[in-house]
Amino acid sequence: MSKQRPVLLEYAGKIDPTKASDYIAVGGYKGLEKARQMDRKALLQEVKDSGLRGRGGAGFNAGMKWSFVPQDASIKYVVCNLDEGEPGTYKDRVICEQNAQALLEGMAICGLAISSNQGYIYCRGEYPFVVELLRKAIASAKESGALGDFDIEVRMGAGAYVCGEETALIESIEGHRGEPRFKPPFPGVEGLWKAPTVVNNVETFACLPYILVNGAAWFAGIGAPKYPGTKIVTLTGDVNNRTFFEVPTDITLREVIYDLGGGIPGGKKFKAVQVGGTSGAFIPEENLDTPIDFDSMGAIGAALGSGAVLVLDETRDIVDVVTRISKFFEHESCGKCNPCREGTFRCRELMNKINSGKGNEADIEKLILLARVMQKAALCGLGQAAPIPIESTIKHFRPAYLQKM
Amino acid sequence: MSEYREIIEAYKDVPGGLIEAYHALQRKYNFIPEQALIEAAKVFKVSQAEAYGVATFYSYLKVGKRGTYIIRMCESAPCHIAGADKVVEALEKALGIKVGETTADGKFTLELTECVGQCQATPVVTVNSKPYENVTPEAVDKILAEYR
Ligand SMILES: Cc1cc2nc3c(=O)[nH]c(=O)nc-3n(C[C@H](O)[C@H](O)[C@H](O)COP(=O)(O)O)c2cc1C
Ligand code: SF4
Ligand code: FES
Repeated sequence: MSKQRPVLLEYAGKIDPTKASDYIAVGGYKGLEKARQMDRKALLQEVKDSGLRGRGGAGFNAGMKWSFVPQDASIKYVVCNLDEGEPGTYKDRVICEQNAQALLEGMAICGLAISSNQGYIYCRGEYPFVVELLRKAIASAKESGALGDFDIEVRMGAGAYVCGEETALIESIEGHRGEPRFKPPFPGVEGLWKAPTVVNNVETFACLPYILVNGAAWFAGIGAPKYPGTKIVTLTGDVNNRTFFEVPTDITLREVIYDLGGGIPGGKKFKAVQVGGTSGAFIPEENLDTPIDFDSMGAIGAALGSGAVLVLDETRDIVDVVTRISKFFEHESCGKCNPCREGTFRCRELMNKINSGKGNEADIEKLILLARVMQKAALCGLGQAAPIPIESTIKHFRPAYLQKM
Repeated sequence: MSEYREIIEAYKDVPGGLIEAYHALQRKYNFIPEQALIEAAKVFKVSQAEAYGVATFYSYLKVGKRGTYIIRMCESAPCHIAGADKVVEALEKALGIKVGETTADGKFTLELTECVGQCQATPVVTVNSKPYENVTPEAVDKILAEYR
């Protein structure tokens, strides 16, 4: 169990996340207090120095993102991304259910850094109980005075994966169809109702109180130097412990699967692991000693993404799993741009054909070409990432495709 | 003022309140009645086409009648490999309907969904958003009995 490193989840199960008083009793809201005593520049610098990078998938330095917000704008917004639509991911729900006050405190710290006093939490429609929990948590925090004049409103999504993309999320809060915008302008300059807006993931915000209390150097010293801190991973598929763990970012995939996950049930052998949710690459055995941090995963053509870890044992039909995934993307494509609308449809069509035994090697070549087009030409990350599971399995598990022919 | 109007008006001054109003309608009726959609367009001063376009974009919003209990089977990869197909079959058999249909008594609608974020115990079924974990085909009758 020594491989775990509970920071955000240190008091999981021991405090009531809806009660500000519980959180304050274990040292909560001290980070915000400290931030109030710093000038804005020093606060930004502290967050930058901590090396905190986004936990929502793109891995952008949080302090850097905040520093792009123009200071002359009179209205600015802090938006928390709790859309959590990536299949196999539930870590943001866990953070809310165990430590919601840390999220609220983190948002208020961001508010200080960009001079905003209005926050929004966009919570996926699948979590109405989390919406309720958060509203109670906010009421309690306001009542305790801990949040000062920083207000937070919770908005509920309605079942659209693409709304996790930050500009689609903004469209959705505005009451529109959740279709991504063209970038630039980036939300930091022109976001919600045209005002400068910082969008960060739940886990990113929830790290901030601990950074402020313990110092940037402390945080920068945990895990991988270039992507420091902890990460909450969620294990699914063929592992004995299908649960979540908070780990330092330099832990390897093998440690996650075998030490924390307890290995594969029934003494079966490992086939592949998909990291980062359904848009992630499938990784073969030979890469299991890779640390999970953003850059190490990037170096093997994979991504840490949301931190979801889906393990497949030797008996699994990987082409069938990828076919299912291709249907996900066809369904979730918002249809705004052609490479993705048509591309996800064709990917699914070709995968179905291969999976049902009617494909040939030319279909594999078509998929590879299509993948390249989509990665280059799709407007948002959905269409760009959709072919990754296909491409990575063709690369590492080509015999599984050929066997179907 | 009509009942629909009353529900919708409560969100009139909320910026971006159209989707919030839809959620409120669904909390009451479990779907968005066609007439309510027309009223919403008026209240939020958008065209009916736009009001319809927003409502149909989101998989949790449904224009037009459906069952009192919405049963959703997660078919995302983790639930897929945990046997979601078998559970769907069992649900179809127990309810006597296919995916996308509503039982004749108007009680149950069966839908497929993507990940509902309860992947610690796959496969997962939800009934009006309440999750049921580690669902087996054998467990289907017991779940349905809660609502029958
Ligand atoms: C299709 C798509 C879905 C996304 N879903 C999520 C999500 O559910 N949660 C999230 O935090 N970020 C998601 N993102 C990333 C966001 O666009 C954005 O980068 C992130 O919220 C920024 O926060 P961070 O810097 O703290 O990670 C998604 C991106 C794309 C393209
Ligand atoms: S890439 Fe796909 S999801 Fe993104 S804007 Fe284009 S069609 Fe929509
Ligand atoms: S994959 Fe089915 S609940 Fe997440």
